[in-house]
Amino acid sequence: MAFLLFLLAASAFAESPPSLPSTLSPVSTPAREILSLSHFVLLITGSIFAVVGGLLIYVIFRFRARGPDSEHEPAQVYGSVQVELAWTVIPVLIVVVLFLTTARIIFAIQDAPEPQSALDVTVVGHQFWWEFRYPKLGIVTANELHIPVSTDSNPAPTYLKLLSADVDHSFWVPQLGGKTDLIPNHPNQMWIDPHTPGLYLGQCAQFCGIEHAKMLLRVYVDSPEQFAAWVKNQEKQGVDDQTVAAGRRVFESQACMNCHTISGTAAKGTFGPDLTHLMSRATIAAGAAANTPDNLRAWIQDPNNFKPGALMPAMQLSDEETNEVVAYLSTLH
Amino acid sequence: MADQILPIPGSLDTAPSRGAAFLEWLHSWVVTVDHKKLGILYIVYALFFLLVAGVEALVIRIQLAIPNNHFVSPEVYNEMFTMHGTTMVFLVGMPILFGFANYLVPLMIGARDMAFPRLNAFSFWMTAFGGLLLYYSFIGGFGLYGMGAAPDVGWWAYAPLTAKAFSPGHNTDYWALALIVSGFGTLGTAINIIATILSMRCRGMTLFRMPLFSWLMLVVSGLTLITITPLTAAQIMLMIDRYLGGHFFDTQAGGSAVVWMHFFWIFGHPEVYVLVLPAFAIANEVIPVFSRKAIFGYPAMVSASVGIAFVSLTVWAHHMFTVGMTSVGNAFFALSTMMVGIPTGIKIFNWLATMWGGKIRFATPMLFCTAFVMQFLMAGLTGIMLSVAPWNWQLHNSYFVIAHFHYVLVGAIVFCIFAAIYYWYPKVTGRMLSEKLGKWHFWLFFIGFHITFDIMHFVGILGMPRSIYTYEADRGWNTLNMIISIGGMIQGAAVLIFVWNLIDSYLHGDAAGNDPWDAWTLEWSTPSPPPAYNFAEDPVVRSRRPLWDLKHPNDPDWKYER
Repeated sequence: MAFLLFLLAASAFAESPPSLPSTLSPVSTPAREILSLSHFVLLITGSIFAVVGGLLIYVIFRFRARGPDSEHEPAQVYGSVQVELAWTVIPVLIVVVLFLTTARIIFAIQDAPEPQSALDVTVVGHQFWWEFRYPKLGIVTANELHIPVSTDSNPAPTYLKLLSADVDHSFWVPQLGGKTDLIPNHPNQMWIDPHTPGLYLGQCAQFCGIEHAKMLLRVYVDSPEQFAAWVKNQEKQGVDDQTVAAGRRVFESQACMNCHTISGTAAKGTFGPDLTHLMSRATIAAGAAANTPDNLRAWIQDPNNFKPGALMPAMQLSDEETNEVVAYLSTLH
Repeated sequence: MADQILPIPGSLDTAPSRGAAFLEWLHSWVVTVDHKKLGILYIVYALFFLLVAGVEALVIRIQLAIPNNHFVSPEVYNEMFTMHGTTMVFLVGMPILFGFANYLVPLMIGARDMAFPRLNAFSFWMTAFGGLLLYYSFIGGFGLYGMGAAPDVGWWAYAPLTAKAFSPGHNTDYWALALIVSGFGTLGTAINIIATILSMRCRGMTLFRMPLFSWLMLVVSGLTLITITPLTAAQIMLMIDRYLGGHFFDTQAGGSAVVWMHFFWIFGHPEVYVLVLPAFAIANEVIPVFSRKAIFGYPAMVSASVGIAFVSLTVWAHHMFTVGMTSVGNAFFALSTMMVGIPTGIKIFNWLATMWGGKIRFATPMLFCTAFVMQFLMAGLTGIMLSVAPWNWQLHNSYFVIAHFHYVLVGAIVFCIFAAIYYWYPKVTGRMLSEKLGKWHFWLFFIGFHITFDIMHFVGILGMPRSIYTYEADRGWNTLNMIISIGGMIQGAAVLIFVWNLIDSYLHGDAAGNDPWDAWTLEWSTPSPPPAYNFAEDPVVRSRRPLWDLKHPNDPDWKYER
């Protein structure tokens, strides 16, 4: 019965809008193939559950002790070779079918050759944020991945190379595909080819320390035009606006530049996210807060406001310096 | 001179004071080498930690009941789930099952004690001190966040999060050392059980006349020897990394994080069977007695158990489908994992066949065992789903996995532990547990269990990962998490009823007599509780159900068994 509920609920949730990070609303080939494979497996396991569970319920009601004749013991049966052979062979056959189906999908997804038109992105996991590098485009960004939509007429899958700078992490955006771990000294790879533009949510799926829960992921699947525009903007150097020069001075004279890069300036740190185009991102702190000037100010004053345990220290700036830095950062479109 | 009373403390004719009598009683428990007393110590110890780890689980559930909750800090949350997992596996699951083995195996095979009584006591105290060491970290462990930090790296403690660079301080050391210490205790008990079963059986009790309980404990003990060893080795390597400059798992110096995973899961997966086979052992005793029938297919049950043990050694990397193994590797571990379904299927069918045609009495032990069969079936089927590697890429480390293994660990193992306690408590204490409270306990726990763990499958499918101390409100998980937490509270209430039942029935329960369930194995031929020497005369058996033969002299088992 629990299993029937399972099936019912699974189909009910399948209607959920695509912005939820559900495995039931795939928009990419690997996720779709997994979902249809899972339907097949559910059908088999669901049937087994119905038959065996049904037998158990029948036994419970049919053979419960009733009335006063409990003095008599029932007939003692010690076993039956034929019956036992039957319920050994049938499961073996089921396993064969399940395995062959599974193996087909494993090879189809995992060993798919990388086409020429693929986009390469290197994903580096950090405690507790994501670094995205586009080696062919010379772009570095963080926490919000932009990739082009991939259609039948214009296939543009994205191949992710997964690395880690510190501990194990796992890249999981359920609507786009299964997860793959980011392990130091152990490069991994996965691919996705989203068919529908939109924003897809995910997060780190391997416990990586205190702020594992706030290592969120946003994947923007852009139309070809949007993606081209985004790339064009990202390839620029950091905006150099003289009206916020004071903030830039603070940024470059304090510890900020030790960890963060803003291209075109002296700031070349790589320990924290690249801030060259900070304002092109909707969130800060790996999705822990919206990217607003107030949140930026609170974050710089003390990252523990959003993410207790984040590795960025409280910067101990005066209010004036903080405001100047926030004003500077706010120009980095 | 002869009639003069000498003031010798503790002399026979001075009545001891109350305090002295208490000390005497306490002393008798500390120095005991009696398998029954050690069994009780194991079980009481495990039940204590069951409550502790249960409270930790409730802290987790309160924190997750609503999104962006601030009930506990991330530091405390990470400690809670690490300690909950570690405690439940190492300080509850293994000790309680070894406790039952300790108490019951000698009685069932007609022996007067374990083969090595002193090793037995040593093993228990090692396990006990391992637990104390682990929990002392709450007071003495200096971690990343100051004094009083418990381990917070997850019970799987993946490298390199455990390296000095990422886990400074001592809390990870408490975790590793506690498991080494209790691991030695576990190995001692396993050796002891094997030796006892192989060499201490009474006259007439061939291996194939042993109760299935003893058979399963033999298999479990063998499996324990194989699985605890790599864990202990890995912990020692971890300590070498942390203190002697080793680089086994230190990725910054070229070590391998994946090697830790292999070590941990070559232990960790068979460990599941170390825990669940004793649950099968309990069901193998309870289901026949309450169905009033001999177990169906005894030889098949034995070979299925041995088969499970062997297959379980080949499946460990199904915990690692997402670490980037080759496609062939993934396919291999998918197949080996699916094959576990064959012997476990045989077991479920044999339990059903045992019940078929019986006259089933639904006393509390049987209620728990019946629920166990249903839940273990479900757990096995979700296990098949997880073995489908591509689907596992989605489900791994999600709440679906949490739901699956709690179906095994709670739905199968804890349910069977409760069944065992209701079933053997009369033998151990001489008093019956209250049936009325037992039924309350069962139904509340059953309902709470299903509310919690059925729903957990769905949040996993909806994309909620494990080990997160909080979640965003816009992910579609809010309502389900609230329901899960309510289910957790219901289970907590049921356990309180159980604890009350244990205490109240000990003081006021009905007298049990030797054989309250009209059962068939040798332990029920002894008084309740059994005397220190177990059997006044060495028993002699001719079949798997010696008491059935006694009760039915015209229709004894040995005429029909095969």
